[in-house]
Amino acid sequence: MIQRPGVWLPRVFLYGGALVLSLWVLLPIYFITLAAFSTQDAVYRYPKNLVPRDLSTETMRFFLNSEGIVGSLQRSALVAALTLLFSLGVGTPAGYAIARFVFRGADTFRLAVVSTRAFPIVILSIPLAVTYIRWGIDDSVLGVALAHTALALPFAVLVTSSVFAGISVELEEAAMTLGCSRLSAFRRVALPLALPGLAAAAIFVFIISWNEVFAASILTLRNPTLPAQVLSVLNESPLPFRFAGGFFLLAPSLIVIFVIRKYLFNMWGRVVK
Amino acid sequence: MAAVAERVTLGRRLRRWEGLPYWLILPTLAYLALFFAWPMVKSFQLAFQDDGVWTLQAFRTMVNDIEFGNAVRFTLLLIVVIIPVQFLLALVMALLVNAKLRGRGIFLYIFLLPLAISDLAAGIVWSSMFTELGYLNTVLERIGLLETPFIWINASRESLLLLTVVVAEIWRSTALIMIILVAGLQGIPRDYTEAAEVFGAGLYQRVRYVILPMLKPSIQVALLLRLILAFEVFSTVIAITGRGSTVLAAEAWRWQTANMDANVAAAYASLILVLSVVSAGLVLGLLRTPKEQIAR
Amino acid sequence: MAEVRFQTVRKTFGDVVAVDDVDLEVEDGQFVVLLGPSGCGKTTLLRCLAGLEKVDGGRVYIGGRDATDLPPRRRRIAMVFQSYAVFPHMKVFDNIAFGLRMQKERSAIVRERVQSAAELLQIVDYLDRYPAQLSGGQRQRVAVARAIATKADVLLMDEPLSNLDALLRMEARAELKALLQKLRTTTIYVTHDQIEALSMGDRVAVMRSGRTMQVDTPIAVYDNPADMFVGGFIGTPPMNFIEAEVRGNGAGHAVHLTGGSFPLATPGVAALSGRKLVLGIRAEAIGVEREPGEGLVRATVVVVEPLGSHNLLTVRMAEETLKVSARPDFFPAPESDVWLRLEPERIRWMDRETKSALERPAVV
Repeated sequence: MIQRPGVWLPRVFLYGGALVLSLWVLLPIYFITLAAFSTQDAVYRYPKNLVPRDLSTETMRFFLNSEGIVGSLQRSALVAALTLLFSLGVGTPAGYAIARFVFRGADTFRLAVVSTRAFPIVILSIPLAVTYIRWGIDDSVLGVALAHTALALPFAVLVTSSVFAGISVELEEAAMTLGCSRLSAFRRVALPLALPGLAAAAIFVFIISWNEVFAASILTLRNPTLPAQVLSVLNESPLPFRFAGGFFLLAPSLIVIFVIRKYLFNMWGRVVK
Repeated sequence: MAAVAERVTLGRRLRRWEGLPYWLILPTLAYLALFFAWPMVKSFQLAFQDDGVWTLQAFRTMVNDIEFGNAVRFTLLLIVVIIPVQFLLALVMALLVNAKLRGRGIFLYIFLLPLAISDLAAGIVWSSMFTELGYLNTVLERIGLLETPFIWINASRESLLLLTVVVAEIWRSTALIMIILVAGLQGIPRDYTEAAEVFGAGLYQRVRYVILPMLKPSIQVALLLRLILAFEVFSTVIAITGRGSTVLAAEAWRWQTANMDANVAAAYASLILVLSVVSAGLVLGLLRTPKEQIAR
Repeated sequence: MAEVRFQTVRKTFGDVVAVDDVDLEVEDGQFVVLLGPSGCGKTTLLRCLAGLEKVDGGRVYIGGRDATDLPPRRRRIAMVFQSYAVFPHMKVFDNIAFGLRMQKERSAIVRERVQSAAELLQIVDYLDRYPAQLSGGQRQRVAVARAIATKADVLLMDEPLSNLDALLRMEARAELKALLQKLRTTTIYVTHDQIEALSMGDRVAVMRSGRTMQVDTPIAVYDNPADMFVGGFIGTPPMNFIEAEVRGNGAGHAVHLTGGSFPLATPGVAALSGRKLVLGIRAEAIGVEREPGEGLVRATVVVVEPLGSHNLLTVRMAEETLKVSARPDFFPAPESDVWLRLEPERIRWMDRETKSALERPAVV
């Protein structure tokens, strides 16, 4: 739908509105980036510098050298990578099944997957904290990754199903008449064509895991992920730590959104259904 | 070609063909059963039992705790304030994005940025803005609206605390609503708004009588999603207000990690679940579009 | 040998019977067209042959072997899909080579076969391009080339021309026919376009509601339809059907229509009297005169459509409407009277109740 505001709303107002809203989103990001790359003095000073001045990597280095940060960074990356692998590994076959097959219970399955969204992470992670102790994976990267996978799995199933639904089934059928088994047709035809959509979903799953705070916090003690670590020391930490930490948590997101911005629409448009 | 699978029996082939989808969804089903269904059951167990004995002790502790009332109140206040404002803002942003302005791609990217920003990061960002020696005060002083730094994060003034968290949450989570609304807007054929315009409807009327009703399904989905997420709000509050205010999820976290009491934490979790489900039910019921009204 | 046999094939989708116990034989090298309106089961029958649908009853034989339980890749078939299904992520060369590579042919053979298939379809210049860079018509050729490159026993085609625009379709039809004549592969071709069916096939199998109504040469299906459905489906314009009775009148017999009668003296006419009949006759088998005469029936002109090679008249005879073919210079005024001569040898009698033809060889 292209909306033409007509005479009532000159273009100026529209551009003005868009500009104001853009500033509203960007300014805080700009400020924290500025703060993260300022000298420690500048961080404590008031009034703050609104333009780039007194730049330095002091604050960043202070943050990175703080206890436990580098370790938590590595763990966050590992957890996110594992989550990506697990959720796409488990969810893609299900997505393919929903997209390609008509079978009894398909709708119920879909409903069940969608309705898991309704359950707060809170109610999942607390019992897991208890159970993990029994399974011996408490306070571990694997434990957090498994919890994150549960969170990301519905998303993975829905997105992969709509990616495959967008690929004409006749392509795989043609491959089957030309000598492929079902699996072979999937591997040679469906998968290559699904790759861009799957990659976008994978990146988004990565970010979901990277950003997740609650479960990560509950499920770890001495081996936290980055958000868990930052949270646990946040309110006792000096400003430079906070600013640099905030930037660090922020930066990957900015890059990710830029990289997959084209796919975002399709992803959310489909998940919504 | 003589050595071809003529010996494969009908039964075995059929079963393999028939069963395939079920094998494919099995891992997902198993995983969800293990990591959703079972923890839920365990959660209720933790909340309602203590070492195998059915008891409401956990709930009693929860309700009698000094912070309980605050947590409930603050959580509900946040929801009541944030959601209407946020939906309005998201609608404006969605309409803007849809209006084919030049540079639309850039605006879209900017508006979508907060989508991938964690609530902790957003909390830190806005705490840097709201802190007494922070950026908001700097800007306000520079443009002359303030003489001395204003204490936004004031533990003794709950309304201010609410304001700071509201602003941070709106900033962070409106992108999600916006993208759902944009997807919905793109599903509305141009013909309807053009017809309305031909019949004399101005912008406000077109939005109110044509666009909004047709957006109802999207609004419903967005509202559902947002409500469930709203009950999970957690690190934004901690990052900005410290211990100044609390919400249900934060209390659950504290009871689990600081107080080491999984039962009370589970009680909080159960409460959150019930509230989520109830509000989801309300949304589904109140915003139901009668079948006859759905366009084909 | 690559003959195909459907034996009591049945396919249901839930409550809907798509293919209703169909028996059909296709000889080696024959070109059979499955023709019918949408929903008649022709595509489903084809897909059962391909192995893309599991049959719920009956057997399918390819080259004498029972192929019913074999997956598509073991049936030695090749298929052209309505949407072409050309792999977008592979170059044209790789598309055509796909089947050969699946058979693990040596690359020298692959190259040679791809080249000759591309030459036959005149797409050698496009071998290095991606399908997205080609037009619809070119992609269609790639699909055909890919199918013939494997030299399969049976070629299956699912409405390969229907996505082309009208002008292109005519040319492509002739080219495709020439190509298939050269290859002499057993071919099963699905279409809803009866002109395509008549012009291309050795045999036409007219289908309706999951059953074959008539399987015959194009001429036979056109001239001797098995029932009113086939007669009405084949031919432009469709066959005319008029309610009629034959009565004896002392000197012989006459055909009585609602708008008139005329004498009829063909052999066997006596057996027709007393029955409730429908007279079927094609537009070009009706002569038309300006003046009344012996054995002519009166009708009123409704519309004259000049088609260039002839004029198509729509005339009204009592309650019935007929299409009549006339000379291109014959322009009767609307509402004027004309007199029709129905050629006796071209009349096809149908039973009014069963709607089937009275005298025909049995359905093959």
